[in-house]
Amino acid sequence: MSTGVDLSQFYDMFFDEAEELLADMEQILLGVDVDQPDIDDLNAIFRAAHSIKGGAGTFGCFEHLATTTHILENVLDAIRKGELTLRQDMIDVFLDTKDVLSDQLAAYREGAEPDQEVYESTCQVLRTMLEQADGGQAQGAAQAVEATVTASEGESADSPAGNDGSGSSDRIASAVSGTSGTQVLRVTLKDLKPDDARALEAEMAIMGTVLHKQHQDNTLSLWVDTTESADDIAAVCCFIVNADQLDVRAEPVPGGTKPASSQPAEAAGETQGESGAAAPEAGASQTAADSAGAPAPSATDSQLAAAAAADTAVPAAKPANATRPARKAAKKTSAPVSSTLRVGVEKVDQIINLVGELVITQAMLVETAQSLDPVLHDRLINGIEQFERNARDLQEAVMSIRMMPMDYVFSRFPRVVRESAAAMNKQIRLVTHGQATELDKSLIERIIDPLTHLVRNSIDHGIELPEDRIKAGKEPEGVLTLSAQHSGGHIIIEVADDGAGLNRERILAKAISSGFPVNENTPDDELWQLIFAPGFSTADKVTAISGRGVGMDVVRRNIQGMGGHIHLSSTKGKGTITRIILPLTLAILDGMSVRVGEETFILPLSNVMESMQPTADQIKQISETERVLYVRGEYLPLVTLHEIFDVGGAETDVTRAITVILKAEEARFALQVDHLVGQHQVVVKNLEANYRKIPGISAATILGDGSVALIVDVFALMRMTQTHVGAMV
Amino acid sequence: MQNHLENDHEKSEAGGQEYLVFTLASQEYGIDILKVQEIRGYDGQTVTRIANVPSFIKGVTNLRGVIVPIVDMRIKFNLDSVEYTNETVVVILNIKSRVVGIVVDGVSDVLMLQPSQISAAPSFGTAFSTEYLTGIGTLDDRMLILVDIEKLMTSEEMQLVEQAMV
Repeated sequence: MSTGVDLSQFYDMFFDEAEELLADMEQILLGVDVDQPDIDDLNAIFRAAHSIKGGAGTFGCFEHLATTTHILENVLDAIRKGELTLRQDMIDVFLDTKDVLSDQLAAYREGAEPDQEVYESTCQVLRTMLEQADGGQAQGAAQAVEATVTASEGESADSPAGNDGSGSSDRIASAVSGTSGTQVLRVTLKDLKPDDARALEAEMAIMGTVLHKQHQDNTLSLWVDTTESADDIAAVCCFIVNADQLDVRAEPVPGGTKPASSQPAEAAGETQGESGAAAPEAGASQTAADSAGAPAPSATDSQLAAAAAADTAVPAAKPANATRPARKAAKKTSAPVSSTLRVGVEKVDQIINLVGELVITQAMLVETAQSLDPVLHDRLINGIEQFERNARDLQEAVMSIRMMPMDYVFSRFPRVVRESAAAMNKQIRLVTHGQATELDKSLIERIIDPLTHLVRNSIDHGIELPEDRIKAGKEPEGVLTLSAQHSGGHIIIEVADDGAGLNRERILAKAISSGFPVNENTPDDELWQLIFAPGFSTADKVTAISGRGVGMDVVRRNIQGMGGHIHLSSTKGKGTITRIILPLTLAILDGMSVRVGEETFILPLSNVMESMQPTADQIKQISETERVLYVRGEYLPLVTLHEIFDVGGAETDVTRAITVILKAEEARFALQVDHLVGQHQVVVKNLEANYRKIPGISAATILGDGSVALIVDVFALMRMTQTHVGAMV
Repeated sequence: MQNHLENDHEKSEAGGQEYLVFTLASQEYGIDILKVQEIRGYDGQTVTRIANVPSFIKGVTNLRGVIVPIVDMRIKFNLDSVEYTNETVVVILNIKSRVVGIVVDGVSDVLMLQPSQISAAPSFGTAFSTEYLTGIGTLDDRMLILVDIEKLMTSEEMQLVEQAMV
């Protein structure tokens, strides 16, 4: 498809960047004010479409994508120039188009061609929209669509014609932009292929106005009047050429192009006076230069159109200058030399694994060193302690690489809420807190589906219809809150709504009819837990997600699979809160090792509050099997580890054993073990990789002596105490 | 990764498959060699017990940093003698990217069997249910019961895999 260098190695990079641009586009589209769209927003959306089009065109084998984005770009351009008034339904069309573009990217990723019918109908819808724009610009642009498409397919087509057209409008534009402090840069490009030449010319036309062009053999020289700096021009060119093929310097245009610009300056001045806004003017002329193939007359058309539309145009108090810095910023982030680095996830995972192994090795050293005489080997022991600090610091730094802000997840919900609310005829406002809270990348990906299900639940069943809300004395607009915060070694994510709350009667009725052992006296918390039972999902008619087999039981399984917990609380008439608690890091844990019989277990240190050896009077037997421990005025359920895990040879007399007070969420309980061994960092090893989930065990680890120890699932033990023991004294 | 022996003159024939042969209570069984990752001696000390699991699941062990469950096939199939001697061996299998170890009485050979040497499995008389058997291999005067080890290890009765994931 492409000559010379095999561009396919860059496909993935293009796909990833295009996806990001589409996500940005969607976000802006959702936030744009239809009545008074911010010109920055419109420009940003336009730039996104333009960048994708440019990239697709460069590769030459993504015609569907290139054409679709080109027509979209023209529509967006017409809107930002004021030729087309933005309407709510157009936003919907753009959102749909964004979906189509996403699908096209997905198809290309798999090496397939996108759906032809969808592509044709989408382009048709966009073209129809374009025809509604006033002035000949629309027709010129429509022609430009076909022309530029063929240009991007690498055939010889209309770029020369485009240059002619841009020549005249250039003068106008250069006059206008000349008034706002620009410079003329000469951009010399050597060893340039014809395709690259055309692409670069188009780019230069965006960055400024191409005043003059010289093309000899394989060297292209462009004189560009621009507010961008030479460095920015160079950065953009480096997309297509190497640094050694490029030269950018300030140099006046040879010959007499400049003087000619003084006449149009007057004309421009007039229109400036008329419209009172230079922005549409500059924007118009520049985009005339963009859309290659627009014949010279369209330049005057655009002038008229711009003047006419100037009144209705957005009071763009920001002239071309302001949009340029904004574009500069955007260009900077897309320039190859930036402050971020794209790294494959496997590489980061590899590093994390290696750091984990390092921690295990360090544990082995610590264990071996314990048998050494501390006086004789004090330097060695100091070294090992130093090593432990280094390993801990390294581990923290490495884990933070994989941490991403929750905003990555939250940002996709405005659209979900908007569409779901519209579908249910409800008015819902989404509020988010803690977007900057960070979470491990793997968990971020996995939390999206469960969160989406919970959000949809709140919209479907939680928040009432506006008329019902008014009857209940609430605002007709319901509020859905998504929040995230760190607490201890965990992250707490909440989905809260101010709806009607969980319907206790209905849930109780369903539970009883399904044969669950509950009655009127069952406390709310226990009843809500039943919602997570497989097959319990009452009337879950949200068919948009039914294909994925999602129910609350799957949500809980997903959360537990991430080492987390989910908890429901609800107040009738006030609303429901779903709390998800996830560990901040899956890989390394601060643990306390305890001995039971011949076996060693690990307790997560963040759950350990204290430990003690109880006296006989502190132990009360409240039933045949259940005991409680009296500690500082409180009775805590007492759980015996050797009974739960059926360990032989353990200390059975609790007064000769140690009880560890553990905290899980808000509740506390006591755990009886034989004795404490020590505190250390343990590397968490997944059990489910090769085995399956063991009840009461969250994961496993490898101790310093090479043996496997099981890490206790404190929350699971807590739940065990809750089912057996009712209300505490 | 695989430390198996080559039978050169048998290798050259097309259409054959290589089997690792192990013994359980004096009966020889054959499994697809490609599912075998390695063979280790069995050391009970290195296996961490898991509570509340069937007795044939001995526990988990550390295999170069990876947690691997160990299953004793002799207990699973109710064979009479379950001894742990110097000959007792753990065959580490890699099945559908899951690593699991099975304790057997011994490992004898890696053999290449041609389709001509394989006949249909009998419907009775074997420790494994016939649904896991791929046939009976005959070589010289040895009878090898050929087992679909992947199907067996991922089955519900082995309780190694969450069935929702299979």
